Amino acid sequence: MIFCDQCHEREAVIHLTQIVNEQVTTVHLCERCAAEKGVESPGGVAKTPLGTFLAAMGKGPPEVTPAPRSPETCARCGGSLKDFHESGRLGCPDCWHSFEAPLRDLLRRLHGSTHHLGERYGDMVATPAGERVRAADLREQLRLAVETENFELAAELRDRLRVLE
Amino acid sequence: MIDLSLLTDGGVGWLDASGPASHLVLSTRIRLARNLSDHVFQGRNSETEREEILAAVEQVARDTTLLRRATKFRLDRLDRIDRQLLHERHLVSKELAGLDADGRVRSGATLLVQDRIGVMLNEEDHLRIQGLHSGFALDAAYAEADQLDTELGQRLAFAFHPEFGYLTSCPTNVGTGLRASVLIHLPGLVLTKEISKVLQGLAQVGLTFRGLYGEGSEVVGNFFQLSNQTTLGSSEHELLDHLGKMVRQVMDYEEQARQVLLRDAPAIIEDKVWRAYGLLRYARSLSFEEAMNLLSGVRLGVGVGLIPDVAIYMLNKLLVYTQPAHLAVAEGVAPDEADLPIRRARFVRKVLESEVGRRG
Repeated sequence: MIFCDQCHEREAVIHLTQIVNEQVTTVHLCERCAAEKGVESPGGVAKTPLGTFLAAMGKGPPEVTPAPRSPETCARCGGSLKDFHESGRLGCPDCWHSFEAPLRDLLRRLHGSTHHLGERYGDMVATPAGERVRAADLREQLRLAVETENFELAAELRDRLRVLE
Repeated sequence: MIDLSLLTDGGVGWLDASGPASHLVLSTRIRLARNLSDHVFQGRNSETEREEILAAVEQVARDTTLLRRATKFRLDRLDRIDRQLLHERHLVSKELAGLDADGRVRSGATLLVQDRIGVMLNEEDHLRIQGLHSGFALDAAYAEADQLDTELGQRLAFAFHPEFGYLTSCPTNVGTGLRASVLIHLPGLVLTKEISKVLQGLAQVGLTFRGLYGEGSEVVGNFFQLSNQTTLGSSEHELLDHLGKMVRQVMDYEEQARQVLLRDAPAIIEDKVWRAYGLLRYARSLSFEEAMNLLSGVRLGVGVGLIPDVAIYMLNKLLVYTQPAHLAVAEGVAPDEADLPIRRARFVRKVLESEVGRRG
């Protein structure tokens, strides 16, 4: 175990390598001393197991704007956030809507983002099943656009939805 | 007993060492997690629903170009040894094979596989599309998995969220649902003790490593599976590019470490690799782990040109065929047979002898 260079008491979990005038120095810090020095570990997210995140969900400092309250259970599958905390698995696709706010928070910590930037499912699908999904996708985007008062986008989405339906 | 000869290449085409950078990289795997929007996730569904999912996917799979001639393995109807065999060939996960601690296989657990591509059904997610290629071949493996994903997606309704992307039962897979892994042999970095620094560096750039058999498995024989940690917030191509760049860098480090070993400790390294070869060639009892470590030594010897006349393909084959289920099936005994280490040593001796004979 490597001890923290600062307090010499706790285990060092952050290893900061600095190169100054071609001299390489490595500073070993524990989490607390690192935080005091304002050092954040970019690897911290990747190394911490999911369980810690789940345990920490909802226990973080209160946010300035409180997130909208999530329902106790998912209307479709009956799964609760408590079930999710215990198993680490969600019950059904609708859980992602039911517990959107806490999940968004979790995703930010797990992936550093909440936005999917990859392939969009609806775009490639020209079958009735695909169109249903694409319509649901557009409705959701429309809801978000209205919520964020982006009316120009909302109008465009509504037109696209009309064509589809 | 299942008949693996039904598969064109026995399901082990990935170890034929024909792919790019095969001396360092065994295989490249792409996995895409998908769920059907009209079914609850695996943890909450019933036996009947799992059968429905299986029937729905199987039916449309027959209309795709990539799974038209797929072989179907119902894991829930196979003996443990057969499930273990498929797992040892890297065709199914430990979870699907029911080889986890509780040792129970889930009803409906199925593999559809054709050549280098397949889909696991009723795994943690309804579908786990997976492609397995020889060597370092991220783009080729992804292109195939992507094609199957498109073909299946045109016929099935996948669970997709406008903000979160493809929905999965575990939030660690949401978004692209993509996990790309490269199985790489890094003995040089292990011997020069640089490996922990490299792995730490990879963690800092959002990559993770696992052992030979993926999640939860230990590192044996200096084989590391390097893969992307996050699945959300980057496109599939960004994730692949990033992993590819980092793997190439790790390959450079490994080559450098080998050069350092040859420069600074040539006698030690020569002794080490020939000792490994000697033990494999003449030992009378070998545990799986010991065999793996010795194979790692010989592989290094071949890689740096110290051991001639041993093909990487043969070493890859030994890697798979000396595993407990493979060996037990070949020998016609139970995988927990007490004399398996003796049988393993005999098997390895025979293969090496024939290799030497073949090459004169």
